[in-house]
Amino acid sequence: MSGRPNIGGIRETFAPWEDPTARPLVRFEGVSKAFGDTQAVNDVSLSIYEREFFALLGPSGCGKTTLMRMLAGFEQPDAGQVMLAGRDIAADPPHRRPVHMMFQSYALFPHLSVAQNIAFGLKRQGVARAEAAARVEEMLALVRLEGLGRRRPDQLSGGQRQRVALARALAPRPRILLLDEPMAALDKKLREETQFELMNLQQTLGLTFMIVTHDQDEAMVVADRIAVMRAGEIVQVGRPAEVYEAPADRYVAGFIGDVNLFEGRVATSEGGRVRLLSQDGPIEAEGAGPVGETAWIAVRPEKVAVHSEPQPGDNVLAGTILDYGYLGDWTTYLVEVAPGRTIRAARANATRTVVRPLGCGDAVWLSFEPASAVVLTR
Amino acid sequence: MRRARSGLAAILPGLWLAIFFAFPFLLVAKLSASDSALAIPPYTPRIDWSQGLAGVRAFFAALDGETYVRLTRDSLYVDAWLSSLRIAAIAAGLLLLVGYPIAYGVARCPPRLRQALVMAVILPFWTSFLIRIYAWIAILKPAGVLNGLLAAVGLPPVDILNTEAAVLLGLVYAYLPFMVLPLYAVLERQDESLIEAAQDLGCTPLQAFWRVTFPLSLPGAAAGALLCFIPMAGEFVIPDLLGGSETLMLGRVIWTEFFANRDWPAASAVAIVLLATLVIPILLFERQQAKVTR
Repeated sequence: MSGRPNIGGIRETFAPWEDPTARPLVRFEGVSKAFGDTQAVNDVSLSIYEREFFALLGPSGCGKTTLMRMLAGFEQPDAGQVMLAGRDIAADPPHRRPVHMMFQSYALFPHLSVAQNIAFGLKRQGVARAEAAARVEEMLALVRLEGLGRRRPDQLSGGQRQRVALARALAPRPRILLLDEPMAALDKKLREETQFELMNLQQTLGLTFMIVTHDQDEAMVVADRIAVMRAGEIVQVGRPAEVYEAPADRYVAGFIGDVNLFEGRVATSEGGRVRLLSQDGPIEAEGAGPVGETAWIAVRPEKVAVHSEPQPGDNVLAGTILDYGYLGDWTTYLVEVAPGRTIRAARANATRTVVRPLGCGDAVWLSFEPASAVVLTR
Repeated sequence: MRRARSGLAAILPGLWLAIFFAFPFLLVAKLSASDSALAIPPYTPRIDWSQGLAGVRAFFAALDGETYVRLTRDSLYVDAWLSSLRIAAIAAGLLLLVGYPIAYGVARCPPRLRQALVMAVILPFWTSFLIRIYAWIAILKPAGVLNGLLAAVGLPPVDILNTEAAVLLGLVYAYLPFMVLPLYAVLERQDESLIEAAQDLGCTPLQAFWRVTFPLSLPGAAAGALLCFIPMAGEFVIPDLLGGSETLMLGRVIWTEFFANRDWPAASAVAIVLLATLVIPILLFERQQAKVTR
């Protein structure tokens, strides 16, 4: 892949989905599911590979949980196939699938101790008592809950309960671990720690994880690939950087991160560069688009530079600062470039002190490189 | 300030308990320590207020536990006591067997249907208890509805009115809502994802029931069993109407002592013994509940 620019500036080596000979561990083939009049999942095809950390991302009600529950066996697809290691598992009830789920509510058994919770799946598999006990200890160590095996779930903190749920789902060594909004109940700090722990765990155990989340940051951090869903359909599947830097359409661009959109007619599209006639003037971006038709150019706030003096060249917009937010590491500016039309720009606070700080009402000039913007046709 | 207010709040229920429980209880306890007499009212001693403090003292001196000793001597009382506990225990067991599937079924229904079904469980309470038990006489009597049905399908008639079987039937019928409702409350509250988690970890639906649903419903089963057992052990109407003369239960003994024998002290002593017996399961239940909520 030498000719391709490296998206996101991160070099990745794990990419079985780019290998045409690789066989997916999980394959959804034209899967649909309706609840009454609502089409929860609509003709979804998707492959998940061994050792992959795969995220299903979308707003609530987009069908991501239904898709996961079909893999666990709690929902039957109306149409299509769900395959695990090349075999259609549609007829298998949940208890026969080597797929385990970590529930959003954790669903810990309140009448059993932590150790009994973790041993629950092992017992059902018929693992010998001594071996099961050893595995429980191993799991407790893995999730850093040594010595808490005798506690009841209600004697644990939220974070500890979450780790018990994780250990319980991991103990029977599933082919794929399903995580349903696993961090929704944790506070921000704990959530970030847990995200890295999950990644570590997945790497060290060499397991396949599938996570369902509505939190784009979470999906970006943990996943090898993200499938962005909307209204039962998959809009885009790709690495976090691909989804962020090369969104498939305006929905994905807007759902993942902030974005400034310029709508207009494509004036020219040649030499890998598109010139769009927008209400804000001509805007250029790298890419290709249909000449004469409506298209959009999207640019992320952090790729928009803020200047105190007029700038030469293309993609320059003059405006005044309407509002700004100081976030510590970043400052975001809301700049009015025409009455009622604002552009978002973000600047890293690389130094502690600034000689001439910007404030509300200041006249500024915004600029961005055509290479930093993308052309969207949907 | 806060403490004072919570103290105030306790006054009303405290007063209620004092008037409607503690005072009658002490009255019955006093009666049970008296001796029966041919008088109106039919017991001694009574406080002779004209003697002042000496009269009160003489009154307390005349109270004794003789009636209780008499209860242990007469096998009728001991048998009735044992039989009451036995019948109430069997009925509670039958209620669990009948009530659990009903409660489980209702709890697994779609929410809108649940409301209607719970209503249906409570509905019989809208008619008089006595009338409903009389109706059972009409059903169970030798030429009653039951035997009519049996004859229609060519089966031999059964004669169960005035037997223990009829009493058990009546108890199960009358107390079913008290078993179903607490069971339903715990089953309905149960997080469905627990069942899914059990199945996800390798349980068949039946195993998931036995390992998760059932153990988690035990507090409801205990509550229902106690809620039924306690009044059933002292039940009077059902054994009186449906049970024959050989069905011995303490409720009837109390009635007979009071109204037929005019032996108020004996009746009161039996009532006190029954109460003391029933306090034990209540305390056990309290302890178990405390353990669950801890």
